[in-house]
Amino acid sequence: MTELIDNASSSESPIMTETAPPAISAGDGPLKMTTRNVDVFYGEKQAINGVSIDVTMDNVTAFIGPSGCGKSTFLRCLNRMNDTIPIAKVSGEITLEGEDIYAPSMDVVQLRARVGMVFQKPNPFPKSIYDNIAYGPRIHGLASTKDELDNIVETSLQRAGLWGEVSDRLQDSGTALSGGQQQRLCIARAIAVDPEVILMDEPCSALDPIATAKIEELIHELRGKYAIVIVTHNMQQAARVSQRTAFFHLGTLVEYGVTSDIFTNPTQEKTRDYITGRYG
Amino acid sequence: MNSTAAFVEERNPTDWQGDAMQKRIRKRYASERRFKALGLGAIILSASFLAFLLIVMVGNGFRGFTQTELPVEIDFPAMTGGASASQFEGANAVANVRTLGVRDIVNTSVQIQYGEQGTELFSAGSWQTVQSEILDNPDIVTSKATLYLPVESEIDVAYKGDGSASAEEKVAELEGKLSTGFNSNFLFNSDATDPMQVGIWGALKGSLITMFITLLIAFPVGVLSALYLEEYAPKNRFTDLIEVSINNLAAVPSIIFGLLGLAVFLNLFGLPRSAALVGGLTLALMTMPVIVISGRNAVKAVPPSIREAALGIGASQMQVVFHHVLPLALPGILTGTIIGMARALGETAPLLMIGMRAFIATPPGGIVEPATVLPVQIFLWSDEVNRGFVEKTSAAIIVLLLFLLTMNALAIYLRNRFETRW
Amino acid sequence: MTGSILFLLIIVLGGIAWFFGRVKARGFSATNTKRGAVHSLPTYHGWYVALWAIGPALLFLIVWNIASPALITDAALASPAAEQLPSDQFARGAILAEARSIASGQQVRAFNPLSQSMVEPYRTAISYYQMIGMVAALLLVFACGVFAWLRLKPELRARTKIERITMMTLLLASLIATITTVGIFASLIFESARFFSMVSPIDFLFGTEWNPKAVAGPRGETGFGAIPLFWGTVFIGAIIAMIVAIPLGLMSAIYLTQYAAPGFRAWMKPILEVLAGVPTVVYGYFAALTVAPALRDFAVSIGISGASSESALAAGVVMGIMIIPFVSSMADDSIAAVPSAMRDGSLAMGATKSETIKKVLIPAALPGVVGGVLLAVSRAIGETMIVVMAAGLAANMTANPFSSVTTVTTQIVQLLTGDQEFDSPKTLAAFALGLVLFIVTLLLNLIALRVVKKYREAYE
Repeated sequence: MTELIDNASSSESPIMTETAPPAISAGDGPLKMTTRNVDVFYGEKQAINGVSIDVTMDNVTAFIGPSGCGKSTFLRCLNRMNDTIPIAKVSGEITLEGEDIYAPSMDVVQLRARVGMVFQKPNPFPKSIYDNIAYGPRIHGLASTKDELDNIVETSLQRAGLWGEVSDRLQDSGTALSGGQQQRLCIARAIAVDPEVILMDEPCSALDPIATAKIEELIHELRGKYAIVIVTHNMQQAARVSQRTAFFHLGTLVEYGVTSDIFTNPTQEKTRDYITGRYG
Repeated sequence: MNSTAAFVEERNPTDWQGDAMQKRIRKRYASERRFKALGLGAIILSASFLAFLLIVMVGNGFRGFTQTELPVEIDFPAMTGGASASQFEGANAVANVRTLGVRDIVNTSVQIQYGEQGTELFSAGSWQTVQSEILDNPDIVTSKATLYLPVESEIDVAYKGDGSASAEEKVAELEGKLSTGFNSNFLFNSDATDPMQVGIWGALKGSLITMFITLLIAFPVGVLSALYLEEYAPKNRFTDLIEVSINNLAAVPSIIFGLLGLAVFLNLFGLPRSAALVGGLTLALMTMPVIVISGRNAVKAVPPSIREAALGIGASQMQVVFHHVLPLALPGILTGTIIGMARALGETAPLLMIGMRAFIATPPGGIVEPATVLPVQIFLWSDEVNRGFVEKTSAAIIVLLLFLLTMNALAIYLRNRFETRW
Repeated sequence: MTGSILFLLIIVLGGIAWFFGRVKARGFSATNTKRGAVHSLPTYHGWYVALWAIGPALLFLIVWNIASPALITDAALASPAAEQLPSDQFARGAILAEARSIASGQQVRAFNPLSQSMVEPYRTAISYYQMIGMVAALLLVFACGVFAWLRLKPELRARTKIERITMMTLLLASLIATITTVGIFASLIFESARFFSMVSPIDFLFGTEWNPKAVAGPRGETGFGAIPLFWGTVFIGAIIAMIVAIPLGLMSAIYLTQYAAPGFRAWMKPILEVLAGVPTVVYGYFAALTVAPALRDFAVSIGISGASSESALAAGVVMGIMIIPFVSSMADDSIAAVPSAMRDGSLAMGATKSETIKKVLIPAALPGVVGGVLLAVSRAIGETMIVVMAAGLAANMTANPFSSVTTVTTQIVQLLTGDQEFDSPKTLAAFALGLVLFIVTLLLNLIALRVVKKYREAYE
């Protein structure tokens, strides 16, 4: 915890003005993803309104806000999971390493391999633990031999902190694990395709406190290896795991900055109200 | 409030314990019991219909698997002029038996033992039993042997218990000599005019070939349609049209499919009449909607989180469907398929339309050869005047029901074994 | 049988193409180690080449099989033997057809000596065109396979292309249902139109005399009045069968859902379902062998005249038994769809279970039950085997259940079995009856589904 605050306080304060909240960048580290003026419509209804944000490599970025504020919707734009909803329309610019991810030349399948996702409820495939992890490398052709595949499975499970618990029962069904283990399995599964960014959509909302602590610990360890974006409805969690926090309200980005600043000294009144528990 | 209270008549408290009320309650309970008994009666009546039907079929059909036999002593060495056992082994065995004149040998032996009119006691095809006996066991020709040969149909029926008066007389004459044996003809022969010689193998083989074609077409088409409609189809007029036609097809009377087969497959495409190919195609069109509907339900039951998980690590839409959704939905699809196939196996009417009611005395050798199927065979036999066919019809029904029962049990097993609650 | 060998050969060649495509694509990933440089997995490249190799060749074969008979006939007619053929189109066609079936091995000997003389020209022409087709198909396999193989490169979006083809296949598969529906409708309409050009639709729909064996009389009266058939169908399927099926099915459903202990329910429900799984030909046999004689004897013993061994009652009762599980499961669904709050409300006021069922559940479930009954009726009137075997052929307009009546489906079977030429009004009448049956069952289903849907919506 102390390390976290140290880390955060060493960076500069958010670039932000009272009148034009769409803050763009929050700090240091190589840029991974950028978004500019992103709007999302579900049919007639606008769900996201002009969001511009930068995601950096070295920080964990948290999206917070009251439910229905569009934080999950926005997260799903970052690897085009919204494509699966026929009525969703996304406009604006989202780039990964400078490439427009909505460009026609972008292959959505490769995009999702590079920008992995972990979902709210653990959703392992009803296959063995091994096959759960190996599925991604197989479809993307990341391993040419059985040994390479075994290696990927082992390192992914190790990185997800699950290896010690499951190394002797890799052939058991993934659905037989406990909820927390299942969620770490899903994280390992995302890691296995060697992504650059990992998106986590309220990954702990279906877990008990002990399992939650383990996931949070894991997020700490993964930081720096992957750019991580996490959506959470739990402000304490955002404070614990992230270095950058974006506050969403009614589809707009209200404030974006260093986590400690947002929580101790928010510039926007709405943010302050939310953090002090006046609504949400 | 007070002012109105004066106008409201004071209501007496209900006397729950009073005689009138007690009587009323007893009546209500009696009506309750009657209603309940009525329901139970309805179920028991329905179930006893089934029981009665099965008892009638099994009672009649059981005798179809047996035949009445008379012993005939055949002096092979004398009659064949000293044929050796080795003649009836190897490649030329069948040809050599044919030249032997088994029919005459049998007739002569019968006449020696049962008199001039003796051959009338036996089924016209009983010499075939001897012929196959020789092929199975060539050593028999080197010695005298006593073989049990099937008797003529009327005597058979009379011996089993309800024949005509003249046949009963003959049974009385032969008392002591008649015996009951297993009717292997019934399992291995095809249709014939003599009820003692008929068998279901030809019809069964026709059914199997027809079902194979049905499965080959209806299963892939049904599964692919289900996947398309659930996973890909955009919501528009065109998709609605497809859905409406599938739901309608499921409700169209089966005989209409027969008319379609007649008009399109036979008259328009010129495919051969009575062939298993046409039967299979017709039944496939009938079975496909059943598979599509059950397939869609199975696909719908696969939770969206599985699809999201696969999409989230970069599986393409097609990979999601073929790697995850289809395998998970497969038990459900298979259950529906088996039920649809069982229905097709018991179907008669559409096949009558496309000429599969022909008299087929040899099992079909291929998909374009004239064939018949088990239910149609049952229908044909049920029309026969000869009383010997009654038990054969019921026996064929037993075989058909056994197949259907096995298929349904398999479907139930699959459903229970792989049913997943998400 | 050369056709199937050729087909297998093409499939095998496709397999080889798949292999070579894969091998070449494996080379790409060895040289392009950068992530994303090779778009698709080697397997997809393999499929890409294989589909190119097989697809055009198979398409060609289909076209060839449609086109070549005409070419073969032309070639055979150009032979010297063809000069002896009669000029009469009909006789000529018969001879050619016979010669063709001998040449292709479907027939052994000719009945017409002229056909025998045409066999040889036919044989040559068939083998000539078969050879051309075979060579062309194999050339296509090679040409297209090599073309696709040469096009393989790391950035080729093989997976996307394969997926597009798979998608087309899925769409095609789902179109088959629509095509079948259109096929049914078109063939029924087409043949019925021919029938109605010979027999007036008014006579058919409103005539009361059904005697299709008669040849057309001097004023065109033909004995194609279908009213007795419609009556017989309604009498058996919608009246007698429903009198049996509705009370038994409904009461069974009520008992099973409201009263039965779970163990009893677990056993009885599948047993009732077995009733639905028994083939109709078995019911038909049961009706004809057991039920009909028993009913006739009963009728005679109580002195009813006109009792027949093929009676409407026998067919109707057995059909009703067959429909019981259908009615029962529809009623089961409808009752289960009534919100439990309604039931609890009634029970909480002190109503007994049967009062709740009679006064609350059944009225609330009624639309669903009615919809189910309509579906059951549509199924009963389309049922064929029971009535064919037990109801008889006499087109009587009678309400006496012990006498014989005939139905639409019985007559369809009757008209289409036996040896008639296809153009006679007798055969075509079957299609007209089929059209009526199709339309009526369709309407019943649409109405029933609408009723059931409205009812479901009311409680959702």
